[in-house]
Formats: sequence, structure tokens, C-alpha cells
Amino acid sequence: MAEPILEVKDLVKHYPLHQGILFKKQVGAVKAVDGISFELHKGETLGIVGESGCGKSTLAKVLMNLERATSGQVLYKGEDISRLSGAALKAVRRNIQMVFQDPYTSLNPRMTVGDIIGEPFEIHPEVAPKGDRRKAVQDLLDVVGLNPEYINRYPHQFSGGQRQRIGIARGLALKPEVIICDEPVSALDVSVQAQVINLLEQLQKDFELSYMFIAHDLSIVRHISDRVGVMYLGRMVEIGSDEEIYEHATHPYTQALLSAVPVPDPTGREGRERIILSGDIPSPANPPSGCRFRTRCWKAEERCSTELPLLAVPEIGEGPAKHASACHFAAVREPLAAAS
Amino acid sequence: MTTVIEKAEPADRLTPGTPLLEVRDLHVEFKTRDGVAKAVNGVNYSVAAGETLAVLGESGSGKSVTAQTIMGILDMPPGRVTAGEILYRGQDMLKMSNEQRRRIRGRKIAMIFQDALSSLNPVLSVGYQLGEMFRVHEGASKKEAKAKAVELMDRVRIPAAAQRVDDYPHQFSGGMRQRIMIAMALALQPDLIIADEPTTALDVTVQAQVMDLLAELQAEYNMGLILITHDLGVVADVADKIAVMYAGRIVETAPVHELYKNPAHPYTKGLLRSIPRLDQKGGDLYAIKGLPPNLYKVPSGCAFNPRCDAATDLCRTEIPALHQVLDKDGAELEGRRSACHLWKETLHG
Repeated sequence: MAEPILEVKDLVKHYPLHQGILFKKQVGAVKAVDGISFELHKGETLGIVGESGCGKSTLAKVLMNLERATSGQVLYKGEDISRLSGAALKAVRRNIQMVFQDPYTSLNPRMTVGDIIGEPFEIHPEVAPKGDRRKAVQDLLDVVGLNPEYINRYPHQFSGGQRQRIGIARGLALKPEVIICDEPVSALDVSVQAQVINLLEQLQKDFELSYMFIAHDLSIVRHISDRVGVMYLGRMVEIGSDEEIYEHATHPYTQALLSAVPVPDPTGREGRERIILSGDIPSPANPPSGCRFRTRCWKAEERCSTELPLLAVPEIGEGPAKHASACHFAAVREPLAAAS
Repeated sequence: MTTVIEKAEPADRLTPGTPLLEVRDLHVEFKTRDGVAKAVNGVNYSVAAGETLAVLGESGSGKSVTAQTIMGILDMPPGRVTAGEILYRGQDMLKMSNEQRRRIRGRKIAMIFQDALSSLNPVLSVGYQLGEMFRVHEGASKKEAKAKAVELMDRVRIPAAAQRVDDYPHQFSGGMRQRIMIAMALALQPDLIIADEPTTALDVTVQAQVMDLLAELQAEYNMGLILITHDLGVVADVADKIAVMYAGRIVETAPVHELYKNPAHPYTKGLLRSIPRLDQKGGDLYAIKGLPPNLYKVPSGCAFNPRCDAATDLCRTEIPALHQVLDKDGAELEGRRSACHLWKETLHG
């Protein structure tokens, strides 16, 4: 396989917790991201799913270098970008752009759409020389399916879906290779979500983009992703192709997560088997020892509290069940295996 | 205060099947600086004891405004009910005095909101807020009220309820806060609960816990439930019947299985086709073209016509009635209605 465009190695982001007013001392840390590794290849979409507090948005911020990593590496085409600053960082950021969740707060209400989409050119004038900018912005508007004549309008004159298109146009402006989408459609109405997802897929084909697609909606992630990683409390618990994760999940958390998603089809709803997890996600400031999921897991044994399971391919059979899973007792759920 | 405490008598409980609440031709509008926004334009629905009605719609469809009007918590002005009736056990609540409505609100009809954190008072303990229901409505003493609050928290399975009764809302997680909201709604054993997007702010695993709890309590107390949501998955899981809203109107009503199997309105059809499925990987998603309508300028004729692939001249000029849907042999399909001129083609074509 070709060299990955983005490679993350043992990435850690801890937010220190302090106590005392005059003499601050560190009393602990919120372990938002705690040792994550994965690769992203050219033209690929990697979906990242997990519940709130699992660290998926922190991961995005660290990749963009909006937050400094505590340790670990982020390799862009083999070069570690997690320690860069100044001009070198600016140059790299041209190639990695971001689309944010909330199209209402991520656009400056006092700037016109043309200024918003054209702002990246101010920082990277080499992409579009001053005279050509208006034309470049209009082209971008056209690419994302907005009328190029809207260039002088303000964000409040657009609906949620249109605003998200503006955010996407801004992300595309510098012709990046990687786009990190943090919950790009979760603020949109159902009928508009599909439009934006189709647009993202079309753009990926046209510009050979690599996406990291962060979302909590598992159905959307399956639809758009080639590979999917599942996060829980700062760690990746399972990663594999969409089929491996959705049809042959071996980690109990993934299985519970999948079974909790309501299926938009009432047929057979009485007989549907659900794993209802008890309790809530523990605090990332004080995660359980060993496997972090053990406090809510029905398979947990003594070993889980002492030994941290590593993300590795378990020794089970052949075929799609064989993919990286961080569980001592990784196995395909029986009724699931029978059904497929 | 001379409020007479009415105790629910056995005769007060309706037999299953009789409508508990009926909304008839309700119109609500908002007068604002920019003009008059017609949020609800003739909504009809009913819910019986033990039944779950899901009201499905996107933002701006009028689903929440209808619910707020039923509860009598709509801000007036700017809101205004211009026509319609809301019958609770046959009595029009819109004609009642404030005092009469207040006796129904909370005791007979309770509401659960989307955002539990902003619906709870941050400076009062949850035990105090739960106990308030008993103190105000039933004249219970502080001690009794607290004991009942603990009982309720137990009922909605909040662990260590007796220790946590004096905690404040911020000390609970999102799922636990939503349980407290449910406990509060259940406190006086109402016969109807209106849940406005009760799980939208929650994670899927917690959503499953909360929906399970709600369904169980509903069955136990034989309550009617109006579930307001935009989530087609949640609806498929719990609803008995569905009312789909678009631009302040009901565009389709149907029993849950039939709606998903064979929708009779192009909007419903489009919605069902546009959501990605967890259990299958498809190609391109079907996308409904265009944007939801502006409520200040609802399109003439059928409000959905600019986004509809099948729209004809008739659709652009005449507002479709909510037609009774017939099967191929011309027999009425029970509970099925569609506000589409072309419902036959949509359903059978």
C-alpha cells in the first residue's frame, strides 16, 4: 500500500488540572486523547465515531495543531507536524483544512460570503493572486452548489444547509489534500443532510480529497466512510473497514453502540435485540484502570481491570472478524454472526 | 389559595381507544417585525390512552409550536391562536380560564423538554424541584415532598436516589438529568405526556436507556404519549401512529408500519429515502432538492411543491386537502391520510 498521507502515532493530549490560587500545582489531567494511532490514505474517508466526551473533537484539533499534542506524532507525508510553528506550520495547514459542526457560529456574521471564503487567500496569497480572488471565490461558490451572485451576501441570509456549503467552500479554497470534517451535518435538517453528504462525496471524487469524518451518527458515518474507527474515553477501541466494523464488530462497546442506534424501520421492532449499557461514560480525568470500558462491559473480568488491552488484530478465525480491536475477549456477537 | 385538590377517580381513566386529546384545525401565527409567520396552519391529530403518537417534522414545521399551544405555554404575544380547538376529554382547553388550565397542566398533561439542563433551575436541588410538584399541587409538607422525590428518582432508576436527592442539576450527567425531567413529568401521574425531542441532546447508548424507560412507564400507567421528533429511527422504534408535518400542516398520517412500508406523500417518501441506513451501504443518497420554506412566504398551493418531483400546475395553485387514503380496491385504509393531490400515484404508482 502507498505511503499514508496522514499518520498518527501514539497521540496524547492531556489537559492539566490545577489546584491552588497562588501556588498552582498540577493535581491531575483530563486525558482527552490518550494514545491514538491510525493512518489516512489518499482519497480515503476515515470515519471516527464515539459518544460525547470520547475525545474525537480534541483529536481533530490536535491534528490541525489548534491544540498542541502532549506527546506523540502526527506525520503528514512522513514529516512530523505536531511540533511545527510559524511559517512551517502555516505551509502545512494549507494542505489540511477543516469543516466545522455549527454553520451558525463558524461564520463571522459581519463578513460577506466573499470575504469569508476569500480569507484563506489573504493568508496564502500564492494560491490566488489579488486580482483573481473574486473569480476564485465565485468558482468555489459554484462548486459547492451556491449561486455565484451571492458573493456579497451575509451569512444570516442563508439557511443552515447553505451556510454549511459556505464552510465547505472555505475549506476547499486552498486546494487542500486532507479535510477534517467535525460533525459537518449534525446541525442540519434530515432533508438537507443528504444534500451536503452528496456534495462532500462529489468533491472527494473531483479533487481526490482525503477526509477524516468525525460524527456521532453511525448511519451517516457508514454511508460515507471507507474505514471506521471507534473511540471510547480517549482511546481507539476498534478500527477496520466499514463492513468489518458494522457487520463483524468484535469490541463490546462497538456492539453496544451499534445495537443502540434506532433503525428507521418498524418491522420486527419487538424482536430486536438490544444491548442497553448501564451507567454513563466515566470522567476522562479519572478513567478506570485497565480497559476503560470495563465499568460498563458485560464481559469484564479480573484481567480487564489490571491489563490495558491494546489495539491489535485478535487471534480469531479468518475473514472480516479479523481486524484491530482493543479487547481481551474480542469476538463477533453471536446473533450478529448468525444473521450475516 | 383555595385550589381544590381533585383526586383522579377510577372513572376518570379512559378505556383504551377513546381519544384523550384531540387537536382540531389549529392555527397559530406569530406577529413579528418582519410580518406574520404562519407557524401552524390547520393541524388535526388525536391521541388515546396508552397510545404513542409521533409528530415528525423538521425545524420550522410547527411541531413544537403545536405542543406548546396544547400545554398553554406559548408566548402570547407574539404568538396567537387564530382558530381551532384543543379538546382534552372533550373539553376545549382554549376556552378555559387560566385557573382551569393550570389545574390540567402538570397534573393531567405533562411535558418533557429537549434540553434538561436549561429546563431545570440550577440553584435549586433536584429534590426540591421534584418535591415542588407535590407541595404546590397536593399541599404536601416539605418532608413528605422530599420522600416522594426520592421515590420518584428511584422509579426512573437514578442510582443512590436517597443520597442524590439534595444534589444540584449540574452534578448529574445528561442522561440522568433527562431522567429527572421524566420523573418530574410523571410526578402527578398525568394521563398524557408530551415529549419534545426528549433524546436529541443525548448520546445513542443513553438515548436507548431513556426511550426504554419512557416506554416502560407509559405502558405501566397507560398514558398517552405525544413524541415530537425529527428522528425517523426513534419514531420507528416506539410509535403506534405518526403525523408528518411540513410548513405548519400535517401532510400525512398513518399507522407506523404502513408509513414506513408505503408512504402516501412525496415528502415522507423523500425523507425515508434520504436517510443513510446503518444496516446497508448504498450508493448516492437521494436528496430532497431545495430548502425548507420560509414561514413568512409559504409557497402557494401545496407548500412542498417547489421541492417535489411530481408537482403539477394544480399543486402550485390549490392547497391539497388531507385526503382519506384508499387501497387499490377503493377501501378506506384506517388512520391513513395524505395531503397530496397525487396521493394515489404516490401510494400505488
